[in-house]
Amino acid sequence: MSPLKPSPPLDSSALEARRDFLKLFALSLGAGNLFGCVRAPDDPIVPSVADDTIEDLPTLYATALTRNGYANGVLVKTRYGHSVKVEGNPQHPASLGGTDVFAQAAIFGLWDAQRSKTVRRRGKPSNWMEFFDDLHARLRASRNGAGVRFLSEPSTSPTLQRLRREVAKKFPAAEWHTYSSLVRDNVYKGTQLAFGKPLEPRYDFSRASLVVALDADFLTALPGSVRYARDFAARREPAGSNTPTRLYSIECAPSPTSILADHRLALRPHELQAFANALLAELDGHTTIDTPYQRWARAIARDLQAHRGAGIAICGDHQPPAIHYVTHAINARLGNLGAAVSFAEPTHDGIDQLGSLRDLCNAIRGDFVESLIVLGGNPVYTAPADLDFAALLDRVPWSAHLAEYDDETSLHCGWHAPLAHELETWGDARAFDGTATIMQPTIAPLHDGRSIIELLAEISELPRGGHDLVQDTWRETMAAPFETSWHHALRDGIISETVSSVVSPALIAQNIEMPSASDEDKLDILFRPDASISDGAHASNAWLQELPKPFTLLTWSNAAMLSPATAKRLGIVDEDIVQIDVAGTRIDAPAITQSGLAENCVVLPLGYGRTRAGDVGSGRGFNAGVLRTSDEFWNSRASIRKTGKVRPLARTQRHSMAGSDAPIRVDDFPRSDATSNEPARANLFAPRDRSGDYAWGMAINLNACMGCNVCTIACQSENNIPTVGADQIRRGRAMHWMRVDHYVEESAQARLHSQPVPCMHCEQAPCEVVCPVGATVHDSQGLNVQVYNRCIGTRFCANNCPYKVRRFNFLQFTNESTRDFANPDVTIRNRGVMEKCTYCVQRIETARIETDKQGRTLRDGDVLTACQAACPTSAIAFGNLNDPDSAVSKAKRDPRNYALLAELNTNPRTTYLAKLRIVNRELDE
Amino acid sequence: MSAENAIASRVATIAQTTRWRRPGRMATMIAAVLVAFFVIAVTKLLIEGPGIWGIDRPVEWGFAIANYVWWIGMGMAGTFISAALLLLRQEWRASINRFAEAMTVFAVSVSGFFPILHLGRPWFFYWVAPYPNKMALWPQWRSALTWDFFAISAYLIVSILYWYLGMLPDLATLRDAARTRRSQIFYGLLALGWRGAHSQWQAHTTTARLLAGIAVPLVFSVHTMVALDFSQGIVAGWHSSLFGPFFVGGALFSGFAMTLVLAIVLRRAFELERLITDGDLDRLAKLLLAVCLFVTYCYAVDVFMPFYGGDRHEIDTTLARFAGPYAWIYWLTLICNVAIPQLLWSPRIRRNRIALFFIGLGVVIGMWLERFMLIVTSLYRSYLPAAEGRYWPTLWDWLLLLGSVGVFVAIFLLFVRLLPVLSVFELRKRQEHGA
Amino acid sequence: MSQIFGRHFDLLFRLTLVAVIALVFGAVVLWRISIAPAVGAPVEQPVPFSHKHHVGDVGLDCRYCHATVDKAAYAGMPSSETCMNCHSQLFTDAPMLTPVRDSVRDGKPLHWNRVYRLPDFVFFDHSVHVANGVDCVNCHGNVATMPLTWQAPSLEMRWCLDCHRHPQIATRVAWNSPPAKPTLRDAAQLSECSTCHR
Repeated sequence: MSPLKPSPPLDSSALEARRDFLKLFALSLGAGNLFGCVRAPDDPIVPSVADDTIEDLPTLYATALTRNGYANGVLVKTRYGHSVKVEGNPQHPASLGGTDVFAQAAIFGLWDAQRSKTVRRRGKPSNWMEFFDDLHARLRASRNGAGVRFLSEPSTSPTLQRLRREVAKKFPAAEWHTYSSLVRDNVYKGTQLAFGKPLEPRYDFSRASLVVALDADFLTALPGSVRYARDFAARREPAGSNTPTRLYSIECAPSPTSILADHRLALRPHELQAFANALLAELDGHTTIDTPYQRWARAIARDLQAHRGAGIAICGDHQPPAIHYVTHAINARLGNLGAAVSFAEPTHDGIDQLGSLRDLCNAIRGDFVESLIVLGGNPVYTAPADLDFAALLDRVPWSAHLAEYDDETSLHCGWHAPLAHELETWGDARAFDGTATIMQPTIAPLHDGRSIIELLAEISELPRGGHDLVQDTWRETMAAPFETSWHHALRDGIISETVSSVVSPALIAQNIEMPSASDEDKLDILFRPDASISDGAHASNAWLQELPKPFTLLTWSNAAMLSPATAKRLGIVDEDIVQIDVAGTRIDAPAITQSGLAENCVVLPLGYGRTRAGDVGSGRGFNAGVLRTSDEFWNSRASIRKTGKVRPLARTQRHSMAGSDAPIRVDDFPRSDATSNEPARANLFAPRDRSGDYAWGMAINLNACMGCNVCTIACQSENNIPTVGADQIRRGRAMHWMRVDHYVEESAQARLHSQPVPCMHCEQAPCEVVCPVGATVHDSQGLNVQVYNRCIGTRFCANNCPYKVRRFNFLQFTNESTRDFANPDVTIRNRGVMEKCTYCVQRIETARIETDKQGRTLRDGDVLTACQAACPTSAIAFGNLNDPDSAVSKAKRDPRNYALLAELNTNPRTTYLAKLRIVNRELDE
Repeated sequence: MSAENAIASRVATIAQTTRWRRPGRMATMIAAVLVAFFVIAVTKLLIEGPGIWGIDRPVEWGFAIANYVWWIGMGMAGTFISAALLLLRQEWRASINRFAEAMTVFAVSVSGFFPILHLGRPWFFYWVAPYPNKMALWPQWRSALTWDFFAISAYLIVSILYWYLGMLPDLATLRDAARTRRSQIFYGLLALGWRGAHSQWQAHTTTARLLAGIAVPLVFSVHTMVALDFSQGIVAGWHSSLFGPFFVGGALFSGFAMTLVLAIVLRRAFELERLITDGDLDRLAKLLLAVCLFVTYCYAVDVFMPFYGGDRHEIDTTLARFAGPYAWIYWLTLICNVAIPQLLWSPRIRRNRIALFFIGLGVVIGMWLERFMLIVTSLYRSYLPAAEGRYWPTLWDWLLLLGSVGVFVAIFLLFVRLLPVLSVFELRKRQEHGA
Repeated sequence: MSQIFGRHFDLLFRLTLVAVIALVFGAVVLWRISIAPAVGAPVEQPVPFSHKHHVGDVGLDCRYCHATVDKAAYAGMPSSETCMNCHSQLFTDAPMLTPVRDSVRDGKPLHWNRVYRLPDFVFFDHSVHVANGVDCVNCHGNVATMPLTWQAPSLEMRWCLDCHRHPQIATRVAWNSPPAKPTLRDAAQLSECSTCHR
């Protein structure tokens, strides 16, 4: 929503007023929606007591959402005081306007009715006062904190770190531990090896013309991924003389990054180490090691040499320190350090998290721990199985758990206290590059939650509100006058001059021994965070649960993923339940095949098999965590066998094998042959009149799409799209307006493609002629509009849509629980009506009305569709085709522009830009 | 004269026998159960929505539409038989036209349920009708579904009129033969004061011919309209100019088959051998065979065209019908509608009531399968590989189908019970000619 | 047995049949096209607020109370404080104003009963209508004559379309070509579904 500028902050009193007001308003807003398409609302009008202008226009608040401790800058849109939509913050270095799926889903998380609402003592409802009394008594009893331990998730928050020091001052003997299951210890161990101290790597993909990724999903999994994706995609577009970045992905399991890889090589973990060593050896000019991938190593080495100082070798967080060392060494050899690759002191307080957790466990075993205060996280579920954290927690005499949900860990703690949502409280956090953001509440706490910093303030007995705590942190460091810079920081969503300074360390020579070859009878197990719900923290978020995972298109569950060949060898087919045996521990898991996965590898996504994650999250999939030990944290070895049982899986796409009829067009770069544009087709239809002011169109760049699903969930949030549950998904009744199709070209390198499919808004729309009541028609802007209140549900339009983008409400899918965060600009659809992508017509109309009042016509960029705004790689161009200078018009003039199923002469307004393969002929098969 | 009274009393007794024999009672009971199914299925549907059915994306149409086309198809035959044969002065029609017409009216009525129940919001079905309204909106005239609405209603009205008109003289006969006051009033009202006056007879004959003249083209227009509901779509497997004649043929096919089945049942149940002669059944069977050949031709063309046209998607769809997950339905359809009816070439079979009964039944089922096949095999695979889906019906689909059969049977039993199943006055004429 | 119906009865019976059918059909059509009952019925309010007095006699501008009518989709309802701007001086202890005073004292907002209801699939924006020269009176009637406010128009879709199909009848802006401003939508565009339904 670019026309809107972030608003100045709210003081807490305004927040209070708003909350009281919106409680009333929530009712009236909902009541209308509930009976949407049926009758007019009959509820009273409730004006405020003091404020005459109830803000009807959307208000944006600049804040940040953290992922694994790192900040992603966002703008949160509120309507009538309700936080309803998350947009990226264009000014924030980690966002530049894009977001990831978790940021989009935060709205559901905020309003999730299953969040913990009360303080509980041994499961019995209690209150903050009692909790604090007990807490203080406990702390005073301890000799200046002896036996008191804190366990928190890693954080970059300066305020949190300041308060940690406060607590340390008051209770010097107390100790602090940090752990989350997304530990990045290997990264820091790697820099330790290479440079003698833990450092935070930072990449600048806008300066890289060549990237070698060693099982690194740098487009979605790293702290700076949203930014990285933007830079990388921009660099991949052939502009003038510059040749697009070439990406080699040498990986164990496919990730969104693999979709944009020009050359993929799938290797088992130990082979990856060997490959890395081979690559380094090639660069050093001696090719002693003989590996089956010599050809690849040599070709890539040669390519790297050709791009000295303009390349990036990057290694995934899950890989052992040795491989990290090798990548650093490669970058050092090629003079990439200080260019596209740089380092800074970590801003993160979780450098050796597994070690930290081990210490805590040992301390508990030694009965040194009197009191344990768990601040966020769910260690009972996420801690490695060998530590048996649940049992240890029970041994602790006094324990408390501050968390958003009353979860597995709360069950084993004496106290549970509700943690406020990030969008409800004050705080601060640093981005991947150190840039700090003040996190301001967009709404007063819905439940009786407190933030971690508020609790720490209470402990260190300087009782102040979150707002004051954060101000105290920044009062010294911010440029004077403080009030002004504070105000700017809130308005912009970033604090200027907080980027952490780059250090240029020297590489320490190490020799990396070859890994031991594996015993072939066993399979490699790869533990990976789930693509949708990460490590389980988002398990009760229905939007994320129903988000189809890339490649498998699986929803509402995880599955053991094998390559088709391996599955064939073991006689396993999709939905078979297999038993996985790691050193005597066994679990049953449904199997699913995934092309592009290394042979003899099994990927086990984490985050499922939750027991206390509410109706949405509990009892879905299997808990891979029970196989996970602190020594074999990311990889392990297992034997696997069929059990003969099967479990149906809810997938949104039946098969992804693409033969000749693949709707994906891939051009080689440089063009091997002059493949011309689509041939002109004879068409008996008169072309649609475009004489109006606007002719909306969309162009989706497949060369930038990595199938990360952000568009899907952004659309869901913007357009009040309901979730339908696993059974309905299995029936093929998913409601996502924007679906992302995945295709696989079976070849040695198993090329993976993703293709977002919104409504095509055909100029000759097959859906329109068959509707008996004219519920779907064209308007003068070229939109194919769907009029819910006119629709009687014959479903002929859906049958007649060649792209199958129409969604029918087979049952009453929407319900009361979602009305609080419904977008009031979009009708809530009820049972029996058809719906589909509208090009965010509500955004178009809002913008037209606003500009109409200013007496001007729309300019390019005045209207951003939800998918376009959220896309990290700017793959989606949307705008006015009557404006020759608009981004979309330019895209449509590109020879790579092509229409889906052009042979049907539907003249779609949504078209695609062909994907590019920046081929290295040496490796082309 | 004697013959005449014999017929009259025969038919009259069917209509007015005070107690049924066991088969009659059995039939009534079964029908009652099935009607209960229908009521339950519809109630559940209206409360929860079409999601209780197996329909999904991409197969958004399912049983409801198959049932609709099937029923209205069977509705075609009755009118066609009596009207066309009347215009062609085929005397033998007298033995079957009455219940064939009744079958038409009931089948069309039953079929009328489905387009409405099929809707996501059935309570707004009247929006397809053009009437001045608060929204200042009209239906969308380009859509086949809009015209379908007119087709069905027009056809229903004409066939009711035609059927009722034909019954008038016999209703009068029943009125005069009535023994109790109640039945006298009942038939009296229905007879609308028919006195058999010469003027009345004249008007009757003219109107009958006139309506017949309207009805025959309607038979074709209506089912061509139904065919358009499919062929208007660009769906591979539907988008074909063949569909008009294809559907009309199929409609007559199932209709004749149903007539044959009913004729055999009635004949057996009420000892009407003298009125519905083996000769009549034989003629009906020949008619059935003739239509069967036409339908067979249509199947052949339906396969030939995609390959002749060379459209990738059409060809894929056709091949998927042969060997895809729903291939068995395709082959079963061909067995019921093409293979088995070939037996009718043999005169011996044509005079074997049992054989005829089962062949007819086979065709009736086969035609339902054909409609199901045309819908599902065309929809489950889409133009985009990623959009492929599957369809499998739920309990509620089956209940509604069985229920609709129950409703049909129930109405038909009532008809048999209360109204003249055979056209008395025409049979008289026929016998006079025969004599 | 003797005949029980005479000729005249037959005629009568047939006429009745025709009549019944005609009646049913007529009734249905009538019901579908009849006007909403709410029109013209004054709506009770917690405070018997009179537009007649405030607009007709005192001559307040609509925007004094409905502050966002030219800024936002929602016209805005006056806060209790706004009422008190005057009523802290005038009629300070009038019993009919007790609810307002209580509201301010307890900080509990007033609950006004709706006069104009739109279903939630209709997206009406006050500001753009005002901005394009549609007077309040066009839709709300002359409130200066309303002691208690009532719904003036039917609010049926065809009523909306009357103006959207013939903009010139409801606006002071010259709607015939050439348009007064570049952003003006012609009747065809104004009567498109997407103008009001999203």
